[in-house]
Amino acid sequence: MDSALIPQGVKRCPFPQFALWIGFLSIFMLWAVVAAGVAWIKGLNTTNLNDYFGFGAWITADLAVIALGGGAFFTGFMRYILGIEDFKHILNFAVIIGFVCYSSALVILGLDVGQPLRSWFIFWHANVHSMLTEVAFCISCYFTVLTIEYIPLVLENRQLDKIPLVHNFSHNLHRIMAVFAATGAFLSFFHQGSLGGTVGVLFGRPFGFREHFAIWPTAFFLFIISAMACGPCFTILVTRITELITRKKLVKQNVIAKLAKVSGWLMVAYLALKMIDTVYWAMVTLPNMGVSVMDMYPESPFTIWILIAELGFCGAIPAIILITEKGRNNNFLLVPATILSCFGAILNRYVMTVQTLALPVLPFDKFVNYIPNWVEWVTSLAPFVYLALLISLSYRYLPVFPQEKELNP
Amino acid sequence: MFPFCFEWHWDLGHMVFHGALWYALSILGIGLTYAAIKSFIDLKKGGHH
Repeated sequence: MDSALIPQGVKRCPFPQFALWIGFLSIFMLWAVVAAGVAWIKGLNTTNLNDYFGFGAWITADLAVIALGGGAFFTGFMRYILGIEDFKHILNFAVIIGFVCYSSALVILGLDVGQPLRSWFIFWHANVHSMLTEVAFCISCYFTVLTIEYIPLVLENRQLDKIPLVHNFSHNLHRIMAVFAATGAFLSFFHQGSLGGTVGVLFGRPFGFREHFAIWPTAFFLFIISAMACGPCFTILVTRITELITRKKLVKQNVIAKLAKVSGWLMVAYLALKMIDTVYWAMVTLPNMGVSVMDMYPESPFTIWILIAELGFCGAIPAIILITEKGRNNNFLLVPATILSCFGAILNRYVMTVQTLALPVLPFDKFVNYIPNWVEWVTSLAPFVYLALLISLSYRYLPVFPQEKELNP
Repeated sequence: MFPFCFEWHWDLGHMVFHGALWYALSILGIGLTYAAIKSFIDLKKGGHH
């Protein structure tokens, strides 16, 4: 039925099977649209956000998808700026993942601000003393970059490519893609860092506050490195899931292994710096503020185990697997390592936002826990379904994987 | 965002923030315009890559 749109030389499942799959994903997306509509029409009182938790599931989801989408900018940086040619075989896929992550982040931010119709205020009446202004500028610009990087892939669709003007435009965009990739890398380094910096400057919140290096808190640098480490892991994980579902090999093992190796060594660097930062925070910063490290982990779910889970189970274990040749070349170890790495990044973004807000800082404050309601859960998980939806459509109709024909003769 | 907005000041903060924003937007705009114009020129010349 749609065979004229499918790239030449590759096999895809029958259209009815594909339509059923898209229909199944669309049901969840429809549910997410209803949840978003409830939040926008009835207001934020339909969520479990309150005076204690002005930010909750949405900000965690926002920061998490931005970190997981870091694979797009970092793979682009390695491909176009550092000239590592191997990564061109996975770059298209990383761009799709990044596109989904950043468009989701913008929609979730639209929910979180409560008044999306006033989102343009942050540009028009910019507060130049706020890290969030920089984040807003960079995320919007970087989403534009990702769209520009995604356009040539869409235009390479078998039917669109037959139109001479479309073909030329796609070709010319490809020729100058390095300029866009460099701009994207510049924007990403800053907004990934500023997301950490936003928490790191909160001197009234000892859990989030960090010492400064020049004008930036250390969290600024840690967020950049953690996104560089976990972004490629998420790209590898989604590639493996796509291969599992399609029952095809889509990217050569040497490309995956190289990406895993880079990611693994970045995780080692991140863990080393994070541990130094945590020890200094516990031994110097917190005592100077009149609190101890155990005050930061008072009761469930915010016990010291959350720190051990973040740095140990979801940090050290995947790092060891990824830096060893046997580990990264063994799928039974590689996939769990990428899952742990991604979960570690999500956990880090969760504690840096929700735990920072949860801990009482005034004598009359009490410890209050926060559990998102269905509106927040559905809209926060929707990016993963949206990712499945866009990957399904792109995989079927666009030449996403340059090595697919060779690997599946 | 623009010098004609009422809260605009010609200070370092505004120049750095908005300078970087307009710098990035300019690169993206010029890049897209170049690709579009080049595509039309290629088409007029009868070129098809």
